[in-house]
Amino acid sequence: MLTMVVELEDKPGQLIKVLEPISKLGGNIISVTHRRDEITPLGRIPVRIAVQIDEKKIDQLIREIESRGVCIRSYNRVKHTVTTSLLLIGHIIHTDLRSTVDAVDKTGFAEVVEMRIVMPELNKPSTAFIKLSAVNDEKLRESVRILKEVCKAKGIKVIEPL
Amino acid sequence: MRIAIIGFGSVGRGVAEVLIEKRDYLKRYLGDYKVVAVTDSKGGVFDEEGLNLREVLEMKRRGSLPKRITSIEVVRELDFDVCIEVTPTNIENGEPGLTHMKECLKRGIDVVTSNKSIAVAFKELMKLAEKNNAHLMFEATVGGAMPVIKLAKVDLAGNEIISIKGILNGTCNYILSRMEKELLPYEMILEEAKELGIAETDPTYDVEGIDAGAKLVIIANAIMGLDAKFEDVERVGISDLTPEAFKVALENGYTIRLIAEATRDYLRVSPRLIPLNHPLAIYGTLNALEIETDLAGEVFVIGRGAGSKETASAIISDLICLSKSLRCL
Repeated sequence: MLTMVVELEDKPGQLIKVLEPISKLGGNIISVTHRRDEITPLGRIPVRIAVQIDEKKIDQLIREIESRGVCIRSYNRVKHTVTTSLLLIGHIIHTDLRSTVDAVDKTGFAEVVEMRIVMPELNKPSTAFIKLSAVNDEKLRESVRILKEVCKAKGIKVIEPL
Repeated sequence: MRIAIIGFGSVGRGVAEVLIEKRDYLKRYLGDYKVVAVTDSKGGVFDEEGLNLREVLEMKRRGSLPKRITSIEVVRELDFDVCIEVTPTNIENGEPGLTHMKECLKRGIDVVTSNKSIAVAFKELMKLAEKNNAHLMFEATVGGAMPVIKLAKVDLAGNEIISIKGILNGTCNYILSRMEKELLPYEMILEEAKELGIAETDPTYDVEGIDAGAKLVIIANAIMGLDAKFEDVERVGISDLTPEAFKVALENGYTIRLIAEATRDYLRVSPRLIPLNHPLAIYGTLNALEIETDLAGEVFVIGRGAGSKETASAIISDLICLSKSLRCL
């Protein structure tokens, strides 16, 4: 597993420069998140990409992406092997979604690898399907506990898996 | 066997009907049995020679029972062998059920109950029963007709029960499985359940997980050897669930059910994400339980969690157990 943050210019045809090498090397894209609200002074948009890929091919992948002129801000290999899914119900966006996700991501042993949000109407509670990934079962439980705590403080309801 | 029936609502009447209808069959296990007293919240009838149950049922159909004896008088003064205590649950202080049961146990009279009030004072009742060489049987308190207590204690004897998780409230399961199928708001499905008589006018006991929590405490104490109380249960109800939650869950291969779970570390009733192909993803008013054991691995039971005849089934099985003809005590 590899997660990286690349900076892309805000014009068509940029993302493909990253996705092509991944596909060529047999990688499986887990998630792609555009962080439009973190646009850089040079007008670039940070994009966070999580990929499942053969460990041995990571160095080659980084070289291939850089050779296409893409700026890789950071990347790290994560040996995240266990995942779980949860549902969040409540005012997810208006309670600073970023800080909710960061609470898990900054642990270093777990991260949010997938998120899908459905917003029925303005001011009505929205629903998010979240996939967490961690290095082992114990850390996964720990990350669920952290997420629950953050959500409790924000009045967001967490529906845990069995 | 001389029986007293305390409480004559839907469960009590269901038991009485089975005792009439299956008399020849049940006599093989219970011997020649007679019901010497039947009471409800307002009155009661008794006959040491044995009541005519058909007549008692007819009296109840026409209104309440005549005021010839009260529940308290029966449990304190009358001579009989087994008390079938089927008054309504009171999770606040357990009354009047707890007093009925304690009075019987003190006198060495066996008690068979469907009253979840035992969750309030489980250990105390068990000690009282042991001290007076009596038995308290409570299969009917959890999961209705679904075998749980005797399944774990008799059929899985020798196993350590590591954890249990399951669906212990048919009303919530009905609401959630309808929300899943129709993707309609909670309030709308709750109204439908009320009209069908599946939910009560005040559905708090069910939808806030109180009923499931009480059952969880009983199961955890009885088969896992815990000393848990109702207050120990972390509870989250189902009323905040939205159609969107089901939509998103379904798109990812999950559904949502109210799950009661007990481990050595915690007791919890809360809505949980369940893979659509999991045995606990059941529909309608059914109940289900997964019992995790050290030797047998996981054992699943699914069955009807409520209903007059269904609850009577659990009570009759306890009665037969007490008669010792099956050697299950």
